[in-house]
Amino acid sequence: MHYELGEWEPRITEFDKIFEGAIKDPAKAPRGLFRKAMEGTIIATSYAEILLNQALREYGAEQKVAYPDTGYHLPVITALSGEKVTKLGELVPILNRVREQVHEEQLTFENVRLAGEATLYAAEIIEALHYLYNDEPKVEPWSGFLGDPAVRRFGIKLVDWTIPGQAVIVGRAKTSKLAKKIVEELMNKGMMIFLSDEIIEQLLEEDMKMGVDYICFPLGNFTQVVHAVNYALRAGLSFGGIQPGKRHDARDYQRRRVRAFVLHLGELDEVKVAAEFGAIFLGFPVITDQPMSEELPDWFVSHENYDDLVKFAMELRGIKVASVDVGIPLNFGPSFEGETIRKNDTYVEFGGGRTPAFEVLRMVGQDEIVDDRITVIGPEIDEVKEGDKLPLGIVVKIFGRKMQVDFEPVLERRIHYFINYGEGLWHVAQRDLAWLRISKEAVAKGFKFKHYGNILIAKFKSEFPSIVDRVEVEIITDRSAVEERIKEAKKVYSDRDERMRGLTDDSVGTFYSCLLCQSFAPNHVCVVTPERVGLCGAVTWLDGKAAYEIDPTGPNRPIPKGEAIDDVKGIWKSVNDYVYPASNNTIESVALYTLMEAPMTSCGCFEAIMAVLPEANGIMIVTRESKSMTPIGMTFSTLAGMVGGGLQTPGFMGIGKSYVASRKFIAADGGIGRVVWMPKDMKDQLRDDISARAREQGLGEDFVDKIADETIGTAIDEILPFLEEKGHPALTMPPIIG
Amino acid sequence: MPRFRETKVGEILNQAVARKKILDKVRTADAAGKWVLENASDGIITSYDRYLAQQPQCSFGLTGVCCRNCVQGPCRIMPTGEAKSRGICGATAYTIVARGLARGIAGGASSHSDHGRHMAKTLLEVAEGRAPDYKVSDPAKLRRVALKVGINPEGKSDRELAKEVALKALNDYYRFDEKPLTWLDSYITPGRRAKFKHTNIIPTNLMQAITEVISQTVMGMDADPVNIIFGGLKTALADFTGMHVATDMSDILFGTPEPVATEANLGVLEEEYINVATHGHNPTLSDMIVEAALQLEPEAIKAGAKGIKIVGVCCTGNELLMRKGIPLAANQASQELAIMTGAVDAMVVDVQCFLPSLKVLSDNYHTRLVTTAINAKIPTATHIDFNEEEALELAKDIVRQAIEAYKRRNKDKIRIPKEKTKALAGFSTEAIESLLAAVNPEQPWKVLTDAIESGELAGVALFAGCNNQKVAQDEGHLTVAKYLAKNNVLLLATGCAAGALAKAGLTTPGAVEAYAGDGLKSFLKRIEEAAKPQYGLPLVFHQGSCVDNVRGLDLAVKMAETWGIDLPRVPFVVTAPEDMHEKALSIGSWFVTMGFPVHVGVMPPIEGSELVYSVGTQIAYDVFGGSFIFDTDPESGAKKLVDALDYRTWKLRIHRAAAEKYNTALASGY
Repeated sequence: MHYELGEWEPRITEFDKIFEGAIKDPAKAPRGLFRKAMEGTIIATSYAEILLNQALREYGAEQKVAYPDTGYHLPVITALSGEKVTKLGELVPILNRVREQVHEEQLTFENVRLAGEATLYAAEIIEALHYLYNDEPKVEPWSGFLGDPAVRRFGIKLVDWTIPGQAVIVGRAKTSKLAKKIVEELMNKGMMIFLSDEIIEQLLEEDMKMGVDYICFPLGNFTQVVHAVNYALRAGLSFGGIQPGKRHDARDYQRRRVRAFVLHLGELDEVKVAAEFGAIFLGFPVITDQPMSEELPDWFVSHENYDDLVKFAMELRGIKVASVDVGIPLNFGPSFEGETIRKNDTYVEFGGGRTPAFEVLRMVGQDEIVDDRITVIGPEIDEVKEGDKLPLGIVVKIFGRKMQVDFEPVLERRIHYFINYGEGLWHVAQRDLAWLRISKEAVAKGFKFKHYGNILIAKFKSEFPSIVDRVEVEIITDRSAVEERIKEAKKVYSDRDERMRGLTDDSVGTFYSCLLCQSFAPNHVCVVTPERVGLCGAVTWLDGKAAYEIDPTGPNRPIPKGEAIDDVKGIWKSVNDYVYPASNNTIESVALYTLMEAPMTSCGCFEAIMAVLPEANGIMIVTRESKSMTPIGMTFSTLAGMVGGGLQTPGFMGIGKSYVASRKFIAADGGIGRVVWMPKDMKDQLRDDISARAREQGLGEDFVDKIADETIGTAIDEILPFLEEKGHPALTMPPIIG
Repeated sequence: MPRFRETKVGEILNQAVARKKILDKVRTADAAGKWVLENASDGIITSYDRYLAQQPQCSFGLTGVCCRNCVQGPCRIMPTGEAKSRGICGATAYTIVARGLARGIAGGASSHSDHGRHMAKTLLEVAEGRAPDYKVSDPAKLRRVALKVGINPEGKSDRELAKEVALKALNDYYRFDEKPLTWLDSYITPGRRAKFKHTNIIPTNLMQAITEVISQTVMGMDADPVNIIFGGLKTALADFTGMHVATDMSDILFGTPEPVATEANLGVLEEEYINVATHGHNPTLSDMIVEAALQLEPEAIKAGAKGIKIVGVCCTGNELLMRKGIPLAANQASQELAIMTGAVDAMVVDVQCFLPSLKVLSDNYHTRLVTTAINAKIPTATHIDFNEEEALELAKDIVRQAIEAYKRRNKDKIRIPKEKTKALAGFSTEAIESLLAAVNPEQPWKVLTDAIESGELAGVALFAGCNNQKVAQDEGHLTVAKYLAKNNVLLLATGCAAGALAKAGLTTPGAVEAYAGDGLKSFLKRIEEAAKPQYGLPLVFHQGSCVDNVRGLDLAVKMAETWGIDLPRVPFVVTAPEDMHEKALSIGSWFVTMGFPVHVGVMPPIEGSELVYSVGTQIAYDVFGGSFIFDTDPESGAKKLVDALDYRTWKLRIHRAAAEKYNTALASGY
């Protein structure tokens, strides 16, 4: 095979300026360390070559190679040199190219970084071959390669810095207890954590929680650490709009946006050091607990003391976390948000249909509140026994000079997140549907009901300082008190709903922008309206309004509507005027109610994607959670690779799930009647809302059952007969492609 | 990364050069050997002297960076200098070290494979009626082997089946069909099969595997250290194959060993008897010598002796010890000392590990030195061109030479040390299985795996390898064995390691009381009570000669199957505290490739390349699940072995708990 070197960017680019100054005196360069890395690169690239050519002998050049569940092929290669590898034979010239860039006797920092890059390629190839052979199958909690959904799931947390950075831990800590200490410390700081090698068993020994739900990924052993790298590089491709092969941009994005560092615990060896120079190549420093005779200042350094290892590493990478001491005896942070408390692990449970439970947040006057007061009405946790089901009321009072009634629901919904941050605390749903559990483990650590109050007071004050001045919390566990107070809560909810019903795109004079994702996807602009939630599903119009109030210079800005250019398609001059500069002069026009013309851009954290199916004269929708093939011939991951990164792609668009049931859902294209396929889970989840909207639009009560799903078929030929049989309305609508 | 709990292994370079040398002549932990060196040396030069004379040894050679692969050399590599950091041809340290290692493995593989081929050829001759003095002694084993290698034994006579099995074994040497070697493929786990396939190290022809690696390592060929090492590992797997052929054929021809009691050490020589020492590795000759001695007993008595006493040296000694209860006089480093007792009337050698200086040594005594192999001769020694067709006749000829020599004995020179000890041997894997079956007839190996799971045993360790003049004879073996026994490790041994442990009395029940930890004691006691073995159970299970290291592998496979895991997760380790021969390099390499930690107590010449050293000690674990532990301090090496066992048990326990917690299959990582 032949390749043109000229197509490639220079091996050393502008980006490499960040490494200047690391070696002040070339005579004192850490040559031993460099040599170790070079030899590790030789081992890795030679090993990759042996495996690759053996696989070719066995399977032939046409054999497909792929990681599961990604639209980015082999992401290290896609990101750094742009080849979208699908076949085994394509890997040969790629491996040979990176082998050639290794100059083993020219032991400069630049050359060792290039060797590190070659090692990343080698590791990616080795891992791709393991997937081909399926000879290292992974069972929970080990993850191996992390599919795109695992990247997108944390998009919003990455963009708003809830996750302040990434720690890649390689090797093993001095003891399992110390491993736990380090990882807990990172979790409490909200770090995303990747683990490779024996540290995983050490944490299992300490019964640490790991897995996607904890933003803590036990990857595997040895070269499997490359799955941290291909995860990070996909962030640039899917959110950052970095074009495949733009090596400089990809590295620049990693350095600026993916604030990662590597913690190498335990013995160094050649291959690991080489791979770690691959991390340095991307702008990530490496910290080891081993003594080193020669360090590479700022980039490869030793820190033997575990007491402040995490602090040292985060400082080296420039990650600052404003720490909030919530004053509870549990680990606390976004790492624990996804934690599930199973029934057998539950000490006490509230709500969930078994007991009455509610939560309500009210704005109060200055005189109706005692700041920081927590009152528990009814039994405390030490008065209940394991397995009890209790009623619960959580009443939060807020006083703030800039607080508004409209912000109540915005803040109230945060109760869910804040409580879930506690390790061993579990919270789902909201209002009077709330369902909470406290684990046995949390109780053993000394958690009390009153600590719910500590969490809420600390978090409301630290996250909403400009609108929250005082907070008071009542925790009610007394049955009669709950039954009494739930009545007032219900009144609050219905008043609020009444007000929300009046809140429509037509009735308000202002939309809000959301630029939160621009830290990740620099050209993406969300326009959030009362009837169109942000595509991440996390930012409503009220959220936007509140956020603007909290920080007028923040990512959410008002866009006064003014005169519409086309009120069917949803085009406003004011919106266009806002979007053009905000998208770095790339998006000239946005139509809010159509998929077919100037649709809104997509960053990468969309909950679902919709796409036109011309044969069915309708559209299909696929959610992030779905692994199914779809009638358009692509999985979610493949589709996501097409629409992400702040691009306008008529016929395709990322959306928030609840937008589907909105009155303004692609109103110009015919609305909800166009939906011909969606995953069954989504259908079940949105069934009531879709039915209500269908009723309203005269599509009939049973419209939702006319929508095909993966149990009907995953190819257009498979679903058309179904649609015809059911008399799906899309079939008789005007042609969707005009 | 190497997987040991809380132990550093990656940073002990320069052991070969920096090791503190013992510069006394009397470098042995063997009391009999010590006595001979101190009381009977008469200024005669032995290996003990020659080692001292070689000091200081060349540090380039010691670390593997001296290359003589072409005539431009020798080249010596200095990693710091510019032009000097490569040889004249441009080969750098990692290439030279890797080539040296691969060639060493090829040497080992050639030895064992040749041995195996010889045994298979003998079986074929038996089947075809061309070796009348031999027979199929163990038809049951013949049938087991046939089934294992995919031959249906039903309805076939022993001779028919023997022919088929022998031809199939020989086919592993000569075929060209690109299929994995039968005697490899039939004895490994599915996980290993896949790993060897993906890494392209499955040999498909034994001879070719050796020529390939020699060709790969000549001047102007492979410079890629990883590729060379993988070539070496392929050859090491060929070595395994040849060894397994050898063991299987020997068992079929001479019987699968069963527990037997005898004696060991130089004290087994008896002044009143005609002493014939059989030395080398191949049982075909020595077995006949035993038979010939029986038949010629009257001639011996006529010559004035009480009879003929056959004693063993080295692995031929082990072969006779385990099958016939013939006493073991010496292991490798005391072969000369045996002659120096003045009581050995003939020493007959076959192949491997005999010293080229034996003849000049025996020139000082009446001892007749007889060489017998076409490819292993010593100038001026008596050479009998041994062949299987006339085996008994030739053996008688040799024994008669001993009788002749006996008549010329110099009584003044007879100085036999009194040290000898009881020794048990014959613990083939089949024999161990029968013992365990007394406790659990349905799942014998579960007795062992349960003992490890419960913490009664820490795991299993196999002693392999040689003596090496760089360290005091047997001291490494004894130190490691005592440490492991105290830490409740079940001990197996082969070759000169087994010889060392036997001579020191560690293959006896008495040693259990003296050295075993409480767990090992209770484990052995439980089996003893159930199986009631005639001689009791020893501290160390003597499994045979050095080709019999495959018995240890078979045992580890049984453990893996019982647990439902692959070999790299089985708490089984290998130690060669006194490695010397290229065969040891090769055995160690295939054990690493099979997925086991292998302790090596004398540094092979690889320290000149950090890359190769690191591949051996660290990266090998990531790829194959096994790695070398180089540690010249036996106590520290033993500690690392226990750590490695603990680590495996720990990890298996963690993985099982995780599988239960997450309700999944057992994780496959190691």
